[in-house]
Amino acid sequence: MSRQSNRTTDSKKMNSELFTLTYGALVTQLCKDYENDEEVNKQLDKMGYNIGVRLIEDFLARSSIGRCQDFRETADVIAKVAFKMYLGITPSVTNWSPGGDEFSLILENNPLADFVELPDNHSTLIYSNLLCGVLRGALEMVQMAVDVKFAQDSLRGDNVTEIRMKFIKRIEENIPAGEE
Amino acid sequence: MTVHNLYIFDRNGSCLFYNEWNRKKQAGISKDEEFKLMYGMLFSIRSFVSKMSPQDMKDGFLSFQTSKYRLHYYETASGLKFVMNTDLSVSNARDTLQHIYSNLYVDLVVKNPLVPSCQPLDSELFGTRLDSFIRSLPYYSPRAA
Repeated sequence: MSRQSNRTTDSKKMNSELFTLTYGALVTQLCKDYENDEEVNKQLDKMGYNIGVRLIEDFLARSSIGRCQDFRETADVIAKVAFKMYLGITPSVTNWSPGGDEFSLILENNPLADFVELPDNHSTLIYSNLLCGVLRGALEMVQMAVDVKFAQDSLRGDNVTEIRMKFIKRIEENIPAGEE
Repeated sequence: MTVHNLYIFDRNGSCLFYNEWNRKKQAGISKDEEFKLMYGMLFSIRSFVSKMSPQDMKDGFLSFQTSKYRLHYYETASGLKFVMNTDLSVSNARDTLQHIYSNLYVDLVVKNPLVPSCQPLDSELFGTRLDSFIRSLPYYSPRAA
């Protein structure tokens, strides 16, 4: 039980530099293991997805947030609660599409990429692509299929880091076998 | 005052976990059949409840009671369903089910990378922790049953 009490009182105890460096080591290793950047991007997304499908349970348990009414509420929860809880930053939500099914998260600074400079031979590497996978996996578990990708990345010379999220559809619940 | 049994279903309707305490009479069908029956009933009652609701609901279906027992239901936004049957003296077990989810299930099952998701649990740790938690509940007392 003691484990629970200190995790709620201080969720920021973990050294953020250690986290950043660990993530860096992970990406470096993937770059060594795979031939091209696209493959690394894909692996990062896949790892993120697997993190996301579990992380959502932790998120729901800790935040005690219920189901969102619409996509705008989802966007707010992601930016203000989820990013704050796990990365200690609050991205701004902007650039809504007219239909309200697409928005951007603008990250002023990206804790994953604190000490990073992309070498010239990795110009197509999406360094923080893990985040896309996490968001996709987590939202899939709350019945939302979304498309997530980096629109801008300050590592590649853009002014800010921008994650673009597009709502695809609600995932309907399976009807149990033998029911109609 | 007592707890009869507890089911945990995943979002696809398979039963991840079942345990019972002080359940004197069995349903007379196989456990698999019982799980299917239970999930089917929950699925229907949920859609019934939301269709009949005069306003949009947040939590929806919470519990029902018969002359002998009360069924408590808690569903997470991720579609996990926690179902506990108690006797009638337990009026609200929502906090209990929430506790089982956030402190036992998430910590011991979801955060354990070796436990595959969407498969019946065989985690001994989860089983024993849950058992001792249920036994420590103020309304768990088999003798009064």
